[in-house]
Amino acid sequence: MSDLRTRRVKLLYFAWVREKVGSGSEEIELPPQVETVSDVISWLRTRGPQFDEAFARPHVIRAALDKVHVKPAARIAGSREIAFFPPVTGG
Amino acid sequence: MAARVQREDFDVAAEIAALTAGRVDVGAIVTFTGRVRGDEGGIATMTLEHYPGMTEAEFARIEAEAQSRWPLQASLIVHRVGELKPGDNIVLVITASAHRQAAFEAAGFLMDYLKTRAPFWKKETDASGNAVWVEAREGDENAARRWS
Repeated sequence: MSDLRTRRVKLLYFAWVREKVGSGSEEIELPPQVETVSDVISWLRTRGPQFDEAFARPHVIRAALDKVHVKPAARIAGSREIAFFPPVTGG
Repeated sequence: MAARVQREDFDVAAEIAALTAGRVDVGAIVTFTGRVRGDEGGIATMTLEHYPGMTEAEFARIEAEAQSRWPLQASLIVHRVGELKPGDNIVLVITASAHRQAAFEAAGFLMDYLKTRAPFWKKETDASGNAVWVEAREGDENAARRWS
């Protein structure tokens, strides 16, 4: 099922999110009802036990839309790339 | 303004020379080098991963912000990725300005912002092969907040 609001996006996972999910990236069609970063997380958790486990503590997950840090309430809109990762620990 | 992500080590003196070659308006250069500490819990290796593309974008945003706050003549960020050992260099920040205050402050700002915004993640492995992802420190968030 496809309409104007279905969007194909690239999802990226880093650090322990990547390890728990079992993959670093995937191309996927987001369902129309998924509008915010939080919505993506809730939807991902329904995709299998490894996703449910990786996103079990949403408050420790950070996200970026098209390589820019965003809050959970941020709208996906026309973003092409959505990344999920733990709080950064560089430097 | 310049920034790089690389696997290889860096040479601080060579980086300063390249950044300031031919310039007589630079009166102050501050460098910060971050290294892998081996004193806590016997780390054997530290592996760094990053988000290619976003890292470079974030470095550019952080350097532009520093440029807007201080009169910098030049700045450089070099961050290593891959497997590192205790005593290895991780990160280099260099700031160059006419006077020392701007160079000192901008270097601190770049490091504080880099630690809380640049998409890098560290994984530590001990001698028996047990690996843990390093957790973000509240102190780093507080350090970054003092600039806002």
